[in-house]
Amino acid sequence: MATKLVVDCSTGITTEVELTAEEVAQREVDAAAWAEAEEARVAAEAAKASAKASAESKLKALGLTDAEVSALIG
Amino acid sequence: MAVTHKLIQTISVTAGAGQASIEFTSIPQTYTDLKIVLSVRSTSAATSLDVAFNGSTASFTNKFLQSSGSAVSSGSLARYAGLVTGTDQTAIVFANCEIYIPNYSGSTNKSFSGDAVQENNGTYSYASIVANLWSNTAAITQITFTNTTGNLAQYSSASLYGILKS
Repeated sequence: MATKLVVDCSTGITTEVELTAEEVAQREVDAAAWAEAEEARVAAEAAKASAKASAESKLKALGLTDAEVSALIG
Repeated sequence: MAVTHKLIQTISVTAGAGQASIEFTSIPQTYTDLKIVLSVRSTSAATSLDVAFNGSTASFTNKFLQSSGSAVSSGSLARYAGLVTGTDQTAIVFANCEIYIPNYSGSTNKSFSGDAVQENNGTYSYASIVANLWSNTAAITQITFTNTTGNLAQYSSASLYGILKS
């Protein structure tokens, strides 16, 4: 069972308690939200890298040198 | 003279298996602002640290900006407070997070900001800044940080500081 560490700021006493069913359920929702956000971020980064590679290739096909391409898009 | 960074309490995870959450309760209402400084690592892959106030996970909104070192991204993820270094990153190192909550005991909605960085000796490591709003006018007496996947690893810690304006 998942647990949490709780400190009472008025006494300084720390206790370990089990998560409630609601807390466990909320954690699962949060984990799914984070995974979804991560998946979207990774996909966006991959799409951006792919577009950059495609642009470089097309510029080179037009006759630009590597230095010229780098000067344009880094 | 202003009282800044008066340490209220520190929580340190001592259990080898870690803890899903860490929580401050009975927070004194005698300061102007609160600041929490965290050093956190997950027992799973890198993940997020989410926050709850007074046991509530409702009425939170968020915007975040995040960078991997080579790319930036942004979005909304309610209750997202910071990053947690994971087992897919360099062993032993921990993420650093700071959360700042102004006017935590007032009777208006509560805004709070956070900045965090993962530590990773690798090809990427994320840094993030977050802006959050808890649309609730209650004074904050309890703050919970939850690692969304896996547990907060042993030796993770959080320190709660009180800050007075005068």
